[in-house]
Amino acid sequence: MTEYASNIHPMAAILIHAAIPLTIILVYALVAIWGERKIAGFIQDRLGPMRVGGWHGWAQSIADLLKLIQKEDIIPTNASRFLFKFAPFMMFAASYAAFAVIPFSSAYIGSMINIGVFYLLAITSILTLSVIMAGWASNNKWSLLGGMRSAAQMVSYEVPTIATVLTVVLVAGSLNLMTVTEMQAGNDTLGFLPNWLIFQNPFLIVAFIIFFISILAESHRVPFDLPESESELVGGYQTEYSGMRWAMFMLAEYADMLLLSLLGATLFFGGWNSPFGDFMSGPVWGFFWFMLKGLLLVFVMMWIRWTLPRYRVDQLMHICWNILIPLSFINLVLTALWEVIF
Amino acid sequence: MKTPEEIFEYLKNEFGEDALTFEKGDIGDPWILVKAATIKNVSKFLRDDPGMRFNMLMCLSGLHYPKEEEVGVVYNLHSTELHQTINLKVRVPVDGPAVPSVEAIWKTADWHEREAYDMVGVIFDGHPNHKRILLPDDWEGHPLRKDYVQQEFYRGVTTRS
Amino acid sequence: MIEVISKETGNKEMVINMGPQHPSTHGVLRLELVLDGEIITKVRPNIGYLHRCFEKYAEQMDDYAKVIPYTDRMDYVSAINQEHGYVIALERMLELEVPERVEYIRVIMAELQRIASHLLGIGAFGLDLGAFSPFLYLFTEREKILDIFERVTGARLLYNYFAVAGLMRDVHPKFKADTAEFVRTFRPKIKELNDLLSYNKIFIQRTANIGVLPEKVAFNYAASGPVLRGSGVKWDLRKNDPYSIYDRFEFDIPVGTGEVGTLGDCWDRYIVRVKEMEQSLRIIEQALDGMPDEGDVMEAIPKRIRPKEGEIYVRTETPRGELGYYIVSDKSASPFRVKARAPSFVHLSVLPAISKGSLIADMVAIVGSIDIVLGEVDR
Repeated sequence: MTEYASNIHPMAAILIHAAIPLTIILVYALVAIWGERKIAGFIQDRLGPMRVGGWHGWAQSIADLLKLIQKEDIIPTNASRFLFKFAPFMMFAASYAAFAVIPFSSAYIGSMINIGVFYLLAITSILTLSVIMAGWASNNKWSLLGGMRSAAQMVSYEVPTIATVLTVVLVAGSLNLMTVTEMQAGNDTLGFLPNWLIFQNPFLIVAFIIFFISILAESHRVPFDLPESESELVGGYQTEYSGMRWAMFMLAEYADMLLLSLLGATLFFGGWNSPFGDFMSGPVWGFFWFMLKGLLLVFVMMWIRWTLPRYRVDQLMHICWNILIPLSFINLVLTALWEVIF
Repeated sequence: MKTPEEIFEYLKNEFGEDALTFEKGDIGDPWILVKAATIKNVSKFLRDDPGMRFNMLMCLSGLHYPKEEEVGVVYNLHSTELHQTINLKVRVPVDGPAVPSVEAIWKTADWHEREAYDMVGVIFDGHPNHKRILLPDDWEGHPLRKDYVQQEFYRGVTTRS
Repeated sequence: MIEVISKETGNKEMVINMGPQHPSTHGVLRLELVLDGEIITKVRPNIGYLHRCFEKYAEQMDDYAKVIPYTDRMDYVSAINQEHGYVIALERMLELEVPERVEYIRVIMAELQRIASHLLGIGAFGLDLGAFSPFLYLFTEREKILDIFERVTGARLLYNYFAVAGLMRDVHPKFKADTAEFVRTFRPKIKELNDLLSYNKIFIQRTANIGVLPEKVAFNYAASGPVLRGSGVKWDLRKNDPYSIYDRFEFDIPVGTGEVGTLGDCWDRYIVRVKEMEQSLRIIEQALDGMPDEGDVMEAIPKRIRPKEGEIYVRTETPRGELGYYIVSDKSASPFRVKARAPSFVHLSVLPAISKGSLIADMVAIVGSIDIVLGEVDR
């Protein structure tokens, strides 16, 4: 991609770079929302959407989108209008911007910067800000509680996420996600396993488990979906939103899920590397493998969502501060020792 | 386990004959008519006395007797320890329908008494939160009185369909 | 956490309205919560949004039997049990003999209804805590019961099936086989429920030690049914004050034991319901064995209901607890006074006593665990 970009106008290059992740997110969101409903249906012994579009209700998300576009855009009288309108877009922008450093395939990455992981973690913390903004601006007590919970939760869970990402960076020796992926190529671990980082050392398996729990909490999925827990806080920070603004929140939530899953796939499962060494590799297959790995993680998140009840807010904090954070730092130190010894 | 008659005799020894009357309809359960002023003491005695132990106030209902121009309160009591049951009744004139509250003796009376006030208009002296419970606070009249006429308008909205 | 200075009191507390339109209040209940951060310092339940004048209607009817359809509408998820209490009250007032076959069919229907009601209660409780899937699993089973009811009574929710000393119509010939089939298929599902929800670690963390109702408080508030049994009291009107033909059946009274937390917490109340479903299955099995195949279910229905003067208080065990009917007759064709003592009404008044100092999320668990039906609270 980069070699073509030098021949065309810089502005056009930026637009193309911006359009590719956006297309991926939008297509993914349509599929994922339909997929989640189908998965939920099958887990709950029912069929899920079956009508719209003919085959297994494949057009359900499109129908929903059309409905949401037509809806009246309601803004509560006493809401802080600017912040209220701005919050959903800021939220989506934050998760969208983070896609810039994700290496989708060996031939395409939005921006090849040396501090990719750092940039990603920094930009996703804007999500917290937009959630508080939405909660505060709605001028609704339930929204406010949802926003405050969300802030506490996301700030707390960022710590174990960062600690586990650091563990990987320690092993990989680079903050650039492309470099991290490239060094996972090949199939020689124990003779047959791919050279993915999760197979490189036992502490990285622990790191992955901590990382996965943390991203569940970061992307507000059950059992940590407290900010929007509909049976307690009505809708949390989304309570007052309707129509397209609400759809932006949903889009951002799904985009966030994909983003963190793709990050997990990059850091632990070899990113765009094929699991069969050179077989089925190359830029296009790379994209296929990368999305497959990411979507598998998304599927596990959905699976968990439709199986488990939800934690309470103090239990959530207990898990984070008393279990995950100490464990992730101990894990970091042990990984460092392992790296020194072997 | 004591029969209602035995319980009445037991109570009569404690509170004297003036305060209590044993009554019974042609069918159904008998009840003890208690003077309004003594109901609280009788209740307390029934709950705490080792021979009575009525730990459960199953039900408390308000009634309106249009002929006698009285309102009544009925207490259905049960003892889970001794497995005995007794009904008490209090009747007061409709113009001054004040009955001492038994909320302090059985907590469950709290809401039941509020309902009796709401529906029949019995005033419970000493109730900590003497407000309507099912109807809005500014509703007029007490619907379960036999002479109740529904108000035409409530806050400017007609109540007839 | 958040500090909001209250305009009214000047304190650092926030008043928040939970309901009347809130997903977890099981209907139109409004709870005024006074919060300090997320900790509840005070609860004021506000009811009456669903008041439909049951007692007034009952007095206006020109026939005692015409009240039966209205009883259905009090606790609309266990309508059969509401009818059962009312017809028993009338039978006692009129001193009527009820035919054997009628009694057996009534018990089978009442126990099926108890299972259906508990399935809804448990499912909704899980839903309140974010467990979505068990709810739909349980509803599949509830549908099967409603199908049986539909074939027998023609209705799925409000049946108007029991008559004084009889039934509105006889059951169809395959009723026994249908019910036996349901009992057979339902038993393994209880184990499935225990695996899926009851002993789920998160579920236990959310419900154990929450909303503890000590035995003494429970008696003082006249709690009954699973709420009282959850506090460890062996008290079931089917055994302690038998009505209908419940004294003929063998079944246990499950009580809370504080297995995973404190005695009388939300989990205890929940597990009592789960275990009660097993006992109901036992009763249904015995009743199916003992049910006579022949007999007219309508012959004993009186043409005219005119009780003599007097009053009666009759209580039966509904899925939610003690349902009492206090009926006063003045020899006329319509009741002088009908008061329904609804278990949910009483249990809701316990709420402020057991939810102080808990979090909003616990409030949801507590409301779910006492399993109220607002139709019954407001009548």
